[in-house]
Amino acid sequence: MTITGLRALGMAAMAACWMQAVPALAETELNVVMQAPLRTLDPHLSTAQIVRTHGFMVFDTLLGMDADYKPQPQMADYAVSDDGLTYTFTLRDGLKWHDGSDVTAEDCVASLKRWAANDAAGKTMMDYVASIEATSDKVLVLTLAQPFGHVLELLAKPSPVPPFMMPKRLAETPSGEQVTDMIGSGPFKFVAEEYRPGDQAVYVKNDDYVPRSEPMSWTAGGKVVNVDKVVWKAMPDMQTSINALQSGDVDLIEQVAIDLLPLLQMNDEVEYGVLNPLGIQVTGRFNHRLPPFDNADVRRAAMYALDQEQLMQTAIGDPEYYTLCVSAYGCEVPLASDAGAEYLTGSADERMAKAKELLAGSGYDGTPVLMMQPTDLTILSTQPIVAAERLREAGFTVEVASMDWATLQSRKNGWQPVAEGGWNMLFTYWGVTGIWNPLVHALLDGSGSDTAWAGWPVSPEIEALRKEYLVSGDLEDQKRIASEIQSIAYDQGFYFNAGEAQTVAAWTKGIADLQPGPIMLFWGVTKPE
Amino acid sequence: MAYYLIRRLLMAIPVMGLIALIVFLLLRLTPGDPAQAIAGDQATPEQIAAIRDSLGLDAPLMSQFVTWTGNMLRGDFGYSLISQRPVLEMIGQRVGPTLALATVAMILTVVISIPLGILAARRHGQLLDRFVMSLSVIGFSVPIFVIGYVLIGIFAVNLKWFPVQGYKPLADGLWPFLHRIFLPGLALSSIYIALVSRMTRAAMLEVLREDYVRTARAKGLSERVVLFRHALRNAAIPILTVVGTGFAMMISGVVVTETVFNVPGLGRLVVDAVLARDYPLIQAIILLTAGTYVVINLLIDISYAMTDPRIRYQ
Repeated sequence: MTITGLRALGMAAMAACWMQAVPALAETELNVVMQAPLRTLDPHLSTAQIVRTHGFMVFDTLLGMDADYKPQPQMADYAVSDDGLTYTFTLRDGLKWHDGSDVTAEDCVASLKRWAANDAAGKTMMDYVASIEATSDKVLVLTLAQPFGHVLELLAKPSPVPPFMMPKRLAETPSGEQVTDMIGSGPFKFVAEEYRPGDQAVYVKNDDYVPRSEPMSWTAGGKVVNVDKVVWKAMPDMQTSINALQSGDVDLIEQVAIDLLPLLQMNDEVEYGVLNPLGIQVTGRFNHRLPPFDNADVRRAAMYALDQEQLMQTAIGDPEYYTLCVSAYGCEVPLASDAGAEYLTGSADERMAKAKELLAGSGYDGTPVLMMQPTDLTILSTQPIVAAERLREAGFTVEVASMDWATLQSRKNGWQPVAEGGWNMLFTYWGVTGIWNPLVHALLDGSGSDTAWAGWPVSPEIEALRKEYLVSGDLEDQKRIASEIQSIAYDQGFYFNAGEAQTVAAWTKGIADLQPGPIMLFWGVTKPE
Repeated sequence: MAYYLIRRLLMAIPVMGLIALIVFLLLRLTPGDPAQAIAGDQATPEQIAAIRDSLGLDAPLMSQFVTWTGNMLRGDFGYSLISQRPVLEMIGQRVGPTLALATVAMILTVVISIPLGILAARRHGQLLDRFVMSLSVIGFSVPIFVIGYVLIGIFAVNLKWFPVQGYKPLADGLWPFLHRIFLPGLALSSIYIALVSRMTRAAMLEVLREDYVRTARAKGLSERVVLFRHALRNAAIPILTVVGTGFAMMISGVVVTETVFNVPGLGRLVVDAVLARDYPLIQAIILLTAGTYVVINLLIDISYAMTDPRIRYQ
């Protein structure tokens, strides 16, 4: 080879290196460890928080809810008739599904019907609805047969299950069957090819999405996406997640175990904070159909015996991240109330004395309380043990049955005697968005119906008040009714409210503009290139 | 040999059939409901019932079993109840990382443990022997997750030589693959290094006392030839057995390593499937794992004949 040839080869190699060194347009990719793995995709069918968060990535809602708990226009503007019976929704311009087709009012009618068939509150609303019809490509009209005060609130709710809009062909999927084709009109597109159930879900920015012009506020306002790609990673081991955050492998952890926070506090490159101001409520539920909790005085005695402080200490540990909130609806919400708080407050000793006195006079015959304990769910594995000790001290006979969460979930739905696989008490927790009013709060259902959430309390008074609440459109009136419901529910021992806990997120320095919200929100967030 | 192979493969059919039946029945007897896993904690019994109905979970057990086995014989392992994805596709996504992890761990095991075992046998009773045996005790006694965290703490968090977690397939390049698989491979191999080095040492010690080894030495053969051609070859059968079954155990038992190093493999998939009571997925993974054991056992038996010509299968 000649010198010229060698030089040409060298220049070609340098050019190749240079071309490699100049990156294509840099892509900002946000890597996030979510609080749970995403195993299912249909946000109409699942009440799981992770599926709801996924839903808000891919799908949009007619209305959004802002930080003041006010429904706001999102996909559609709305008008309400003077008699409050007709709601007209007009879709805004430029709405497109991720497959490129236009969003039509007919798609939205089908979506609303599917949502209402799957959501308990939606089903209740449909009892009051005369019709939902598309009157043009862009307009749909919902007509009530009788007054119902919560149409806008339900269409904007970020609680399980939000009324997500999807194309008609998907919305017509038969009841109980999952939609797995993720075509929405939301700010992100789901990348089906990169989805590994239980391990990874990938979303890319939807370039066709036109955000609203209003400022972002929870699920309302302009959902402006500032990153090109969001990758959700499931990491079953919290220590691995924290190591990954500290080494820069991931940018954000949605929920950090509180007891591992000190590890992050030592690292200057990591920040942390509460992004969901509402948090969760831990609850101990009694089975009202079986002895001994078929007796109201026995339930009251158990409520006195249990101690919020002790249970939250056990579950959370750091008092900075829990509150001894007595409101059944959560403490930061418009309906927050301390009605009936005497069943939850006072010193542990005073409460124990009341419990013993009540139990002695209740006719309790020593029937064992079978308390289910999930061993594989950290936040709920310890409360049953502590609660059992307090109940024993009050005079109860208690057996703690250890099992995995899936077994507990299935067992709680059966109401057969304990000897045949039944149960008396369980602990679980609820996102405050799932309990923030009597319409969505499953534990305040006093119908005793077989189709109600496990525990099946019966209270005609509460049912009458819940009906009154459904009709009411006035906030002050709603507060009064909610407060009365809470007071009766505590007095009847519907369930024990163990208090509220905050979830803490952690992220690497440089990640900015994280949006507070009722769930993890990915619009607004920025990551340096 | 061909007759032997066919006979062994035919014998595997009733074994696999029995495993399929037992797994199917055990899963149905276990409390838990996939419909509840789909619907989530806040769903009402009515919502759960609708999902159960759509999944066909209310059909009689016999009918479910016949449908499942019939489809499986046609190569259709069905769909995951939870994600509604084809089971084989889900397994296909996850089998690569697990196989890669098990292979790397087994290569490390063989490369490290057999020389260590030979050396320990050669220096029987001396300092090196005691050192190797102490190492093997540590390998046996310290749980894999502790070894994993120690490796991550030293080599990933402090020295930053390796990433903390994750997996890259070989298709992304040899370096990215090795960079991510080395630490989990080493962690997983720790217990097998301990096992195989002990086994090698014991087998070699036994063989080194044999007359033919003494004869080989008396003939003036070099120590290397004595060790590798005469002794190791005769000691190979128990070592091969441990290596072979160890590989099968690695494939089916990598859950902890995959969790600590966040490797998206079969181990994590099966744990997830069990927690969610995803019957078709669990059934398929268990059957495939059982199949792997059958094949590996067969390969071990074949390798006996290859290493020891005296062994002939009729």
